[in-house]
Amino acid sequence: MTIITRRTALKIGGAGLALPLLGSRAFAQDEPLKIGFVNVGPRDDNGWTYGHYVGMQALEEEFGDRIETTFVENVAEGPDCERVLRELAQQGHKLIFATSFGFGDYVIRVAREFPDVIFEHATGYQRSENVGTYNARFHEGRAVIGTIAGHMTETNLIGYIGSFPIPEVNMGINAFTLAAQKVNPDIEVRVVWLSTWNDPAREADAARALIDQGCDILVQHTDGPAALQVAEERGIIGGFGQGADMSAFAPNAHLSAIIDIWGPHYIAATQKVLDGTWESGDSWPGLAEGEVVIGDYNEKIPADVVEAAEAVRLGIIDGSIDPFTGPIVDNTGTERVAEGETIDDAGLWAMDWYVQGVQS
Amino acid sequence: MTTEMLIAIIITVIGASTPILIAALGELVVEKSGVLNLGVEGMMLIGAVTGFAVTFTTGNPWLGIACAAFAGMASSMIFAFLTLSLSANQVATGLALTIFGTGYSSLFGQAFTGRPITPFRSIFPPELATDPVLRLIFGHSPLVYFSLIMVVAVWWFLTRSRAGLILRAVGENDLSAHSIGYSVIGVRYAAVAFGGAMAGIAGSCFPLLLTPQWAERMTAGRGWIALALVVFAAWRPFRLLAGAYLFGLVMTLELYAKASGGAFSFLPAELWASLPYLATILVLVLISLRRAGHSNAPACLGKPFMPAS
Repeated sequence: MTIITRRTALKIGGAGLALPLLGSRAFAQDEPLKIGFVNVGPRDDNGWTYGHYVGMQALEEEFGDRIETTFVENVAEGPDCERVLRELAQQGHKLIFATSFGFGDYVIRVAREFPDVIFEHATGYQRSENVGTYNARFHEGRAVIGTIAGHMTETNLIGYIGSFPIPEVNMGINAFTLAAQKVNPDIEVRVVWLSTWNDPAREADAARALIDQGCDILVQHTDGPAALQVAEERGIIGGFGQGADMSAFAPNAHLSAIIDIWGPHYIAATQKVLDGTWESGDSWPGLAEGEVVIGDYNEKIPADVVEAAEAVRLGIIDGSIDPFTGPIVDNTGTERVAEGETIDDAGLWAMDWYVQGVQS
Repeated sequence: MTTEMLIAIIITVIGASTPILIAALGELVVEKSGVLNLGVEGMMLIGAVTGFAVTFTTGNPWLGIACAAFAGMASSMIFAFLTLSLSANQVATGLALTIFGTGYSSLFGQAFTGRPITPFRSIFPPELATDPVLRLIFGHSPLVYFSLIMVVAVWWFLTRSRAGLILRAVGENDLSAHSIGYSVIGVRYAAVAFGGAMAGIAGSCFPLLLTPQWAERMTAGRGWIALALVVFAAWRPFRLLAGAYLFGLVMTLELYAKASGGAFSFLPAELWASLPYLATILVLVLISLRRAGHSNAPACLGKPFMPAS
């Protein structure tokens, strides 16, 4: 395993340019399959990128020396990422995972130049012959924690720290709010957008702003535990881990967590590449397949609330509950989903609206 | 808006402004001596990781701050040696220091991932801070009081002390200072060391004051804001204080506006979000309205000292 930060990637890039394209078709059985991971954050963000790192470890455990992995950290969502992708491909990586939404356009562009390299883009929507997408139904987890929040809140005000208003985040906000409102129709969710995935000091300030305005439960869709630490310090009811269990940072405030388990997908995709059966497609499993897991429930959550949350979790797993079941009205008063209907995947990927009760 | 809310906002603003203020005060002294150190962000990160590591290991935040200051100073000495003793280009060396600090802190910080510490809060007994107004006076971390004391100290040093006069002379005209017998290089070494220590302390504010964890690149560009603030404040300590708090205010108001769910809706949300940028443009215009040649920048800023001995 090689860990590369953005700076060392520069140097390696220089070396990579000097090398000829390592025998493009000649990756025979004996040679290990080189697999690259391109990440927006550091692997010790205690959240999102860490989740992918754990997934990569599972991958190494499964295949041992049949594969060789490279984990590139702190790659900005911009032209820099195109360079990193190209370098990995030039160095002979035959399977490259790009793990952030903003890498999408660059993955498509680089993939065109390297038709024999397979790319997989997490949380993306653009595919081509050699670009597949994979994702997890995080919003299913949001429905479970929304149920807990709906039961637990006393002020009926919930703070939501958002990164960017992209469909993936919007789905989470809406699934969370709908589940909370099912328990308690008076719930109001206030969203603060930060335009970053990883700026702990700003996340903490946003948490302070939300608590000062009366929010007693915080939810975040950024990559780290800063908001939870503020929740712990202020002694509000609590918050939830995102991407990984964060209870070490907030033993009292950490109510539960939505944990992403990427290992099984990485193993399956790698197996297909090794077998030569990989085909471009979209993989979007959720709670049922175990790619999204709900963490331990905090002891302070009353038993009946745990029961309600479990009912939602199991309902989603067996298919009896869809987090987006109509009637759903958006926060401008327009009906988005009719009574009894649900939203198909294409509709989810186009979600640019918020349900009633969301202030954003 | 209630008094409670107003005070809550002020407390958040003070927290957000403090690291920027401390780092910028250090850089102000460095620049007054005629040296431009663009490595503030890197030194802050080194200070942040050192402050976290020492506080986590020993449980003593005072020791953490002291070690952060020392680590910042030590890293600034690399810069000082290259630029002052070897006359390397200050801009390039400063940028290299930032890159070094970023890489070093993430390497060193790997062992401290996923570990929280207790934040370094008020040194006053909590009874003093029960009333919201008293909380405004007694409710802060020692780092906040330190930053305010340093504003006065730096002002006094630069304008009222003999040593400060020498430092300014070195920054304004190094050859003259040299010809009347002052050690230009020695003064600049001392100034860079002070700037490094302040950047280290500023970095330690992140794990000790703002968010009690270590996260890679947790300063998220605030070192560059500190650098900009020095220019913005025209190298004057009290203007720096105003600038840092103004910046903290516009950044924080945006968050409170979004979190308020309507209380701030007299201005559209987009305007709140663009406030930091609008404020920057406005201040830049105001600065440039002053007569040309009066930017107050030290005349020898960024120039290597090479006497024709």
